[in-house]
Amino acid sequence: MPNLKDLKNRIESVKSTRKITKAMQMVAAAKLRRAQDAAEASRPYTARFNAVMAGLASSVGGSDSAPKLLSGTGSDQTHLLVVMTAERGLCGGFNSNISKLARNKAQELLAEGKTVKVVTVGKKGRDALRRDLGDHFVAHVDLSEVKKIGYANAQDIAKDVLARFDGGEFDVATIFFSRFENVVSQIPTAQQIIPAVFEEGEAEGTALYDYEPSEEAILADLLPRGVATQIFAGLLENGASEQGARMSAMDNATRNAGEMIDKLTIEYNRSRQAVITNELIEIISGAEAL
Amino acid sequence: MADTMQFDLVSPERSLASLQATSVQIPGADGDMTAMPDHAPTITTLRPGILTVSGPDGEAQFAVTGGFAEISGDSTSVLAEKAVATSDITAAEMDALIEAASDAAANAAAEDKDIADKSLADMQALKVSLGL
Repeated sequence: MPNLKDLKNRIESVKSTRKITKAMQMVAAAKLRRAQDAAEASRPYTARFNAVMAGLASSVGGSDSAPKLLSGTGSDQTHLLVVMTAERGLCGGFNSNISKLARNKAQELLAEGKTVKVVTVGKKGRDALRRDLGDHFVAHVDLSEVKKIGYANAQDIAKDVLARFDGGEFDVATIFFSRFENVVSQIPTAQQIIPAVFEEGEAEGTALYDYEPSEEAILADLLPRGVATQIFAGLLENGASEQGARMSAMDNATRNAGEMIDKLTIEYNRSRQAVITNELIEIISGAEAL
Repeated sequence: MADTMQFDLVSPERSLASLQATSVQIPGADGDMTAMPDHAPTITTLRPGILTVSGPDGEAQFAVTGGFAEISGDSTSVLAEKAVATSDITAAEMDALIEAASDAAANAAAEDKDIADKSLADMQALKVSLGL
């Protein structure tokens, strides 16, 4: 049986753990609000952008002169996977879910005999994928110094990806991130960004527009921006998902710590009672012997 | 004919303006154009320049860099890569943009050189017209 002093120490240490997880939960809750606001603020842009692009793509896409970013290189031999995760851990299954999705996809592609290249954004995904896909890493983007994700961050990533595409390094690019549904559910998502795909139904009757300069020129101007926009949207969703995941993970941790404290306290009281009873028995039996 | 139309100016990071406007002067890639209510539906790309919105509540000006504008009869939406109210932009920010543009121009491949040079020239013109 553990002695009283040990139990007391355990209880104290679990209590301070609970304080820390509680604090982390509250910080995550505050950050979540901000991240959600940022994601919300970017939505009108992304929605409009995709609607216009879908309209343009459907009217130009069929022709032979369509830009490569839209029609593809004509092959799908080399795949670039952009895996976006967090810079920090302690957020439940957030990082590992994204990594798992990316790993499965990579293994699927490798089994088909395709070439896979991986760009990681965020330290945690890099660590998680290093063992299986370390040989396929081509670049890493460090966002640990970035306090608030801005469009410029997405532009930098997009610029790198586009430079590789122009250099003929890959044929198809897919981004991996976590879509924020609500605090308890974040869905790891894979989205193909090059060649660009548009959801059905996004193209409404946009065929009536006049285009200035030409449709092709606008499309050529917008497609690279589209890559940045998609990456930016992914980063923001990721930011909100990370905080949501951390919040619920820390909430669970706090609750578990509470239960542990209760259990340990009962055990502590029982042993204390046992010690007192023992001493009483010794005193009484000592007195009887006289 | 309606007197006003819905005007939205959004950047990836936030929505800057959403109001009723009587006319919007847009720095289009092929030259400035003014959109008024019942304009023919048009999509144009933007060059770096000043966007002027006139409405019943007066006039507002924004400095925009690249992006595009979608004009239809009853609404105009400008999707700018970067947009700032002209009163809020500082010389330092402008210089950073010009520097980025001149880097891009210096490093551009031959076939993109014209576009990059034009963008740099537009940036410099924007700085002058902002009086910085």
